[in-house]
Amino acid sequence: MAREDVLVTADWAEENLDTPGVVFVEVDEDTSAYDSGHIKGAVKIDWKDDLQDPVRRDFVNQEQFSQLLSERGIGNDDTVVLYGGNNNWFAAYAYWYFKLYGHSSVKLLDGGRKKWELDAREVVTEVPNRPATSYVAGPLDWSLRAKRDEAEAAIGVKNLIDVRSPDEYAGRLLAPAHLPQEQSQRAGHIPTALSVPWSKAANEDGTFKSEAELRELYVDEAGLDESKPTIAYCRIGERSSHTWFALRELLGYEDVKNYDGSWTEYGSLVGVPIALGDEPGTK
Amino acid sequence: MSDSCAAPDQDAALPASVDLEKETVLTGTVVNDEGELVQGAYVRLLDGTGEFTAEVVTGEGGQFRFFAAPGKWTLRALSRYGDATGEVEAARGLNETSLAVSR
Repeated sequence: MAREDVLVTADWAEENLDTPGVVFVEVDEDTSAYDSGHIKGAVKIDWKDDLQDPVRRDFVNQEQFSQLLSERGIGNDDTVVLYGGNNNWFAAYAYWYFKLYGHSSVKLLDGGRKKWELDAREVVTEVPNRPATSYVAGPLDWSLRAKRDEAEAAIGVKNLIDVRSPDEYAGRLLAPAHLPQEQSQRAGHIPTALSVPWSKAANEDGTFKSEAELRELYVDEAGLDESKPTIAYCRIGERSSHTWFALRELLGYEDVKNYDGSWTEYGSLVGVPIALGDEPGTK
Repeated sequence: MSDSCAAPDQDAALPASVDLEKETVLTGTVVNDEGELVQGAYVRLLDGTGEFTAEVVTGEGGQFRFFAAPGKWTLRALSRYGDATGEVEAARGLNETSLAVSR
């Protein structure tokens, strides 16, 4: 897979704002960002209200995803270009959904909202009126999603990549440093997980690093075993979507899963092994 | 517990649940060359080794806020008015810093 198959540049985006069959979608947790200004023609998806099940701790199912995209006026044949805040975390998370449910053409805007804003490119407040479609999502592709038992079984067997910050990995913090630290679960990481914070895959302006830089980061520096499957996790599965994108979509490793239960699930399980400190630890 | 990893509204008052006896809060504002508060600046917190820890976007008041731990931290701001870097030796409680961005 080539970079241009999965990422578009801000220049490409600007040239294709009115291209038929290309739909821009802003994905955020805080959708007031969209309301205050977004890329012309972009529709919005709310990370929480649109992508999470309202009752159970799980994300939307095949029918709910079909209904969401139909309402947003997105067709099965459209090329979907996703972007958002937080260095594209939520956009990468949505990208993972589009892949989970079998959408054929989906790309990320490299740098997301951040680069767009830092470049001082045009944003508008008018909301596009896209006629509803009859979108049909495919069955969930479990080759891309890891569940808790699989994460535990991967200890010492598969590559586990913990993409949280070094302090969260070591157990010195329980959440990213912009959030209050009161939490219910235990601190630390899954034993044998390698620490590669998601941010190392991105440049300061939010764009992804080059494939050569990424390979050096994961293989040469972190010690990822290219012959083994990989599971990425973070705290709740969005930062790890960003790393999942770098590993599977940019570097082309075939067996890469995102463990979306991540630390808020694993760190609350009774009886599972946990490692503390800066070292991966042993099985 | 926050159900997302995204940064909350940076202009909002400190949540009542935050105990300043226990938390180490790094806060401050981003200003431009003219001394105006900068909304929409991207502020990141780097740890003592220069490693990225977190990032927030300033609101109307140009304010940022991080929940960290006592020790040495670097603050890095990117904005359409330019960039800035600041060093902080944080202690428990509130630690205030101003970042002046320029080209």
